[in-house]
Amino acid sequence: MSDPMAEIKASFFIECDELLESLQDGLQLMDEGEADSETVNVVFRAVHSIKGGAGAFGLDDLVKFAHRFETAMDDVRSDKLEATHDVLKLFFQCGDILADLVREARENEPHDPSRTAQVLTEIDSLLGSSAEDEDEEEVEFQPMTLSLDLPGIDADPIPASEPSYTIVFEPENELYSLGNEPLFLLRALRELGDMHVTCETKSLPDLDQLSAEIGTMIWTIQLTTSEGEAAIKEVFDFVDGICRLEITENSPAMASLLPDLDLAPDLAPELPPLPMPAAAENPSVETPFVAPEKSSPPSPPATDAKPAQATPSQDTKPAPKASGAATAPRATVRVDLHRIDRLVNLVGEIVINQAMLTQSVEEAGLPPNSTVRTGLEEFLQLTRDIQESVMMIRAQPVKSLFQRMGRIVRESSADIGKDVRLKTEGENTEVDKTVIERLADPLTHMIRNAVDHGLESNAEREASGKSAAGNVHLTAMHRSGRVVIEVSDDGAGINREKVHQIAVEKGLVPPELQLTDTEIDNLLFLPGFSTAKEVSNLSGRGVGMDVVRSAIQALGGRISITSERGKGTTFSISLPLTLAVLDGMIISVAKETLVVPLNSILETLTLTPSDLLEFGPETHVVNIRNTFVPLLDLGAELGYREPLSDYSGTVVLLIMQEDGSRAAVVVDAIEDQRQVVIKGLQDSYGRVPGIAAATILGDGKIALILDPVDLITQSSGRTRPMSNLEKIAG
Amino acid sequence: MQVLAVDDSRTMRDMVRLTLTGAGIDAHLAEDGVHGLEVLDEMTPPDAIITDINMPRMDGFGFIDAVRSQEKYRGIPILVLTTESADDMKTRARQAGATGWIVKPFDPQKLVKALKMVAG
Repeated sequence: MSDPMAEIKASFFIECDELLESLQDGLQLMDEGEADSETVNVVFRAVHSIKGGAGAFGLDDLVKFAHRFETAMDDVRSDKLEATHDVLKLFFQCGDILADLVREARENEPHDPSRTAQVLTEIDSLLGSSAEDEDEEEVEFQPMTLSLDLPGIDADPIPASEPSYTIVFEPENELYSLGNEPLFLLRALRELGDMHVTCETKSLPDLDQLSAEIGTMIWTIQLTTSEGEAAIKEVFDFVDGICRLEITENSPAMASLLPDLDLAPDLAPELPPLPMPAAAENPSVETPFVAPEKSSPPSPPATDAKPAQATPSQDTKPAPKASGAATAPRATVRVDLHRIDRLVNLVGEIVINQAMLTQSVEEAGLPPNSTVRTGLEEFLQLTRDIQESVMMIRAQPVKSLFQRMGRIVRESSADIGKDVRLKTEGENTEVDKTVIERLADPLTHMIRNAVDHGLESNAEREASGKSAAGNVHLTAMHRSGRVVIEVSDDGAGINREKVHQIAVEKGLVPPELQLTDTEIDNLLFLPGFSTAKEVSNLSGRGVGMDVVRSAIQALGGRISITSERGKGTTFSISLPLTLAVLDGMIISVAKETLVVPLNSILETLTLTPSDLLEFGPETHVVNIRNTFVPLLDLGAELGYREPLSDYSGTVVLLIMQEDGSRAAVVVDAIEDQRQVVIKGLQDSYGRVPGIAAATILGDGKIALILDPVDLITQSSGRTRPMSNLEKIAG
Repeated sequence: MQVLAVDDSRTMRDMVRLTLTGAGIDAHLAEDGVHGLEVLDEMTPPDAIITDINMPRMDGFGFIDAVRSQEKYRGIPILVLTTESADDMKTRARQAGATGWIVKPFDPQKLVKALKMVAG
């Protein structure tokens, strides 16, 4: 094991992430007015726990800020402060800063106090006090170390000149009922120095009348110690107020008399055995000594005479129904990602193996009801289940991602002075970890776009009869084996005339070309397209929707737009659940079997002679519903064979390129459509142009998975950009 | 010695565990009051209990109350571990039925010392 503190610190930061998540959740609920008192408690505890942990590691900036935030939260918790929208807005900011501070502490980054200072000022004005006013209350945080050099149990011989004390110690009943044990206190005292103890047992009852919780003994202790009176008081710290304690320093003369008073040297370990709870359990024991003390619990209680508040634990505080489930401890195991990846790989092998086995069984020509076939069916089912379960291990809820978007909305709307509310749905939808990580950038951009371009200004909204505050919805859901993430706004919708006009001005489309609404909407995905009149702080950073689309496509996803004038725009991303398997179309070209990712194929068609148009040597175009699309002969492109002399009657796959243009890829035949396991080639072969990866088919043969878009881009000579061709066609 | 430590913060539980095992004390851990009672019922009665106050489901006060209400756990010393250092902490801990209190972030030596003070 490495440094235990470093390990705990690492685990503290993981815990912080979880706490920050429940903080966001709670604030969200409070903002929506759906919070109960437990929600407020959860939020308070989150901040409180971060402070507690941070204190232990000496993370002063974090502690100080968390403390102020906690104080404000505490005021809300105790109804001293109303959680208005403005207060919550500040709390959201506090949450963001807290997250920043946690991140800075984790990365050892320096802290920029300017932003914190502004928020702290706002908290101060909210609370009507400042951090300085209450520094007395502030916990004194000392970074803790875990060295356990306890003071020596065996005290050194004491020099004769040390001061001595007379201590009279008479426990009250409460001392016993709270679980204190005088013997242990005496032992702790003995560690301070040389000690002589006498015990006054006059009022001690007979054994059969002894009670564990009635104080009947008085101890007088002579202690010689150099530790001082404070050290003695420290021993009695926990019993202060529930015992009679007199500590007097002996005069030197009295100290010299000590040996004569030495009644029972080193008596402490041989003290009469104190009444233990076991004695009180005996139902036959009756005590006549029950003092009518207010705090004294009923001594030897009959089992049926329990006090009313002593209800079973479960009933003392019923978990609130709303947040109870969410706050229940999660049973989790942390596993090294490499181990999971190995498992994913092995499952891939099983899938391949099972496909091979199925093929062998098919070829063996066994009857359909043979035991081998039914056994294989079961194996098939199990394989599918295992595959799904293993993929689930890598899956994570999109919640963390969505919460980051909450912050993006807060910050970007504040920057441009719009009021924007973000509503998220389906946060618990699970997606592959890598997909989540790689989705952060494109999603951030889309959210910024929605706030900046999608929504109108507050005034414009009100003028058109909408609420002043704009709404952005972020939704995740599972749909037919894929994950769909939607970003929608209730803004003005896409101004298609303007989009078309800009596209024409920028030379992206020929002016005379008639485009459908969907085609115009898709112009937004063209590289370099931006409708912003002026480059604002948010969008227009040179990153356009084209980059978003390539990022989504790199994840095997698709993105589409729907928009209605005056009502808003929705961007919809559809993603595979995992990057380990892929829906593929199995095709053959020149007797080679290849896999084309299904998500890249728009449609498939068989060419008729009238579809074809030869345009210069070896340059063919296909007329697809009056648009001319360049033709790419896959066999020739990959060097499997010479280009065909006639393409009529061949099967083509219509592939959508990143710039929105299309290409028709000629293949010999479509064999099948199924899931394939992705096997990377890069480790062995480096990057091969036009090839994404490989897979193993049911017959055990290796098939290459094409990257059709890359392939089309590579084939410089045989295809032309759509716009050129359209110009010619037009 | 056997100690049950109840805290909803994993970091704190880790620290308490490390502190206790470092001092040769057996540490049993629980995540909140409800869990604490479950763990308590499954183990031989511990020599002492350490508990946080602010916890979900059942807080430290409820937990101590529930422990103290069971005859067999009546005499077990309970230390409250909390960041609240205000003066009324003592009163609050006493009211809850705690034997002693430790302020977070705790000094491991003090925690062990306090345990020895209440549990020998």
